[in-house]
Amino acid sequence: MLMGIIIVITVGAFYLIHLLPGDPAVIILGTGDSPANKAKLYAQLGLNKPIYEQYFVWMKNILHGNLGTSFISETPVWTTIKGAIPIDLELMVISQILAFAAAIPLAMRSAKKPDGPLDRVLSAGSFTLLSIPAFIAIVLLVLFVAIDLGVPHTGPSSYVSLGSDWIGNLESLALPSFVLALGSFVVYYRVLRSDLIATLQEEFITMARSKGISQRRIMWRHALRPSSVALLGTAGVNIGGLLAGGFIVQYLLDIPGLGYTLISAIGYSDYLVVQGIVLVVAVGVILINFTFDFIINIVDPRISRE
Amino acid sequence: MSNSYFVDELVEESTTQTTPERKKRLGVLFWICVVWLALNVLGAIFANVLPLQDPLYQNYSIINAGPSLHHLFGTDDLGRDIFSRIVFGSRVSIEVSLGSLLIGFGIGAPLGMLAAYRRGKFDSLLTTFMYMFLAFPAIIATIAVLSFWTPRSLLKIIIVVGVASIPLVYRVIRTATMNIATKDYVIAAKVQGATDWRIMGRELLPNVAPIGVSFLLIGIASVITLEGSLAFLGLSVNPPTPSWGNMINESRTILQQNPWLAIFPSLALCLFLLCLNFIGDRLRSHFEVTEGKL
Repeated sequence: MLMGIIIVITVGAFYLIHLLPGDPAVIILGTGDSPANKAKLYAQLGLNKPIYEQYFVWMKNILHGNLGTSFISETPVWTTIKGAIPIDLELMVISQILAFAAAIPLAMRSAKKPDGPLDRVLSAGSFTLLSIPAFIAIVLLVLFVAIDLGVPHTGPSSYVSLGSDWIGNLESLALPSFVLALGSFVVYYRVLRSDLIATLQEEFITMARSKGISQRRIMWRHALRPSSVALLGTAGVNIGGLLAGGFIVQYLLDIPGLGYTLISAIGYSDYLVVQGIVLVVAVGVILINFTFDFIINIVDPRISRE
Repeated sequence: MSNSYFVDELVEESTTQTTPERKKRLGVLFWICVVWLALNVLGAIFANVLPLQDPLYQNYSIINAGPSLHHLFGTDDLGRDIFSRIVFGSRVSIEVSLGSLLIGFGIGAPLGMLAAYRRGKFDSLLTTFMYMFLAFPAIIATIAVLSFWTPRSLLKIIIVVGVASIPLVYRVIRTATMNIATKDYVIAAKVQGATDWRIMGRELLPNVAPIGVSFLLIGIASVITLEGSLAFLGLSVNPPTPSWGNMINESRTILQQNPWLAIFPSLALCLFLLCLNFIGDRLRSHFEVTEGKL
């Protein structure tokens, strides 16, 4: 299955170049259109060979870590991608920590008294938040919160790299992490809440209650683990989606991660960079999904036994 | 924020047979949402006939004006009327979502039903194939294809988004059909010697349809969000044609001078999504209750 998916992805990413109208070489080279460049590109993509051979030439290059060299920035595509990946990882880690830290305790509170006042407020709130796309959340947060509060390092080209100043780096990531965390939180909260409510009606919970185990211990030690299968499945899909959904957040706040790089590459018609990022992100998403499937099997071994 | 959540919940709830005691009535809020959506759709259809100002007419004497009687929602940086641009902008969202879901449902739903009813090799091959496409987010594929497939047009967006939605529709419809295909009345029909077409048309389709409809509503919400994201990346319709997404995008550079330009289209989009999600959610629990009573 995993191999099959990877093959589908590589064929898809490979074929993108052939969606360009006309001679791909002319379009990809753009302003750098010299005979020497053209020969280089033809060799690199094997453009004069039949299409299945072109795929193998391209695959061989990729397996050697060669995604091609951009004819616009004249740097290897992989170097560009390698520089952007840590920023995506950092955003993902911060936003997921925030999302889980908020979702787990709040879901527990809601599940304790379903349809109680707190649960109603939280459920209505989360339903509304689900209907706000990330790009609107960003525009409105910039408009009403960031500008008025003077959150440092928001706005054009204000990103500070982790190496140069870590406090500045965290400040510049505050708004994007918050928006991404908000989107994840809503989903995690709703999934965990409904599973916790179901788990709390099971007999082993009644048993634990009758033994006099404290409410807090029941929640964390007895109810959380069996309730977290759907949560982890959702988290896997969601974190994979963050790689993609984070595009807009990065683009709007000038955070030079993969998404930002992709969008500027589309703007410059830097097709080899677009192709490279699509490939890397798609493979990344698949690997994340499979990792979470693996984690789920550890958390609930019943699933793999079925 | 992410509509994939609803999809997963749909698939899950249609697999597990638990029918939680939920309210049977649809409620006032449900009907308010229906009316609001209907108003939006009517506005989009009759935008040409309605007494609206020309959404492309630029009046430089009143740029970035706030709401007034003459311009209900104010004007943008080129002096165009925001209210009429919102009404005309809803056309893009509605066209893209209906067009692409027509493709998605037209191909995904029959395949899903057939696979779930037939089972066997056809089902396992097709399902493996579809799940491969499901494994990575549709937005990446959409962005990738649209950035290479130039020049862009509304039809291309509809095709790309529509094809990307096929595996999702397939999964929801297949899971729903599989649950129903094992019910006693389906087996009874089979024993009576009903043809496959009759069973699919008379027994399966009416029972799968409610799940399909609530998924359709949630699907529309996802596609509208996707179109908005594409507009932000410059991959949707070209200006000056208004769409909710590209109006919000255009407002970013002049947020402080003219906040209305960001606020009104955002409100229009969020309210529309909220209504779709709410109706989808209500319909789903409503139909499940009636199914449990059978």
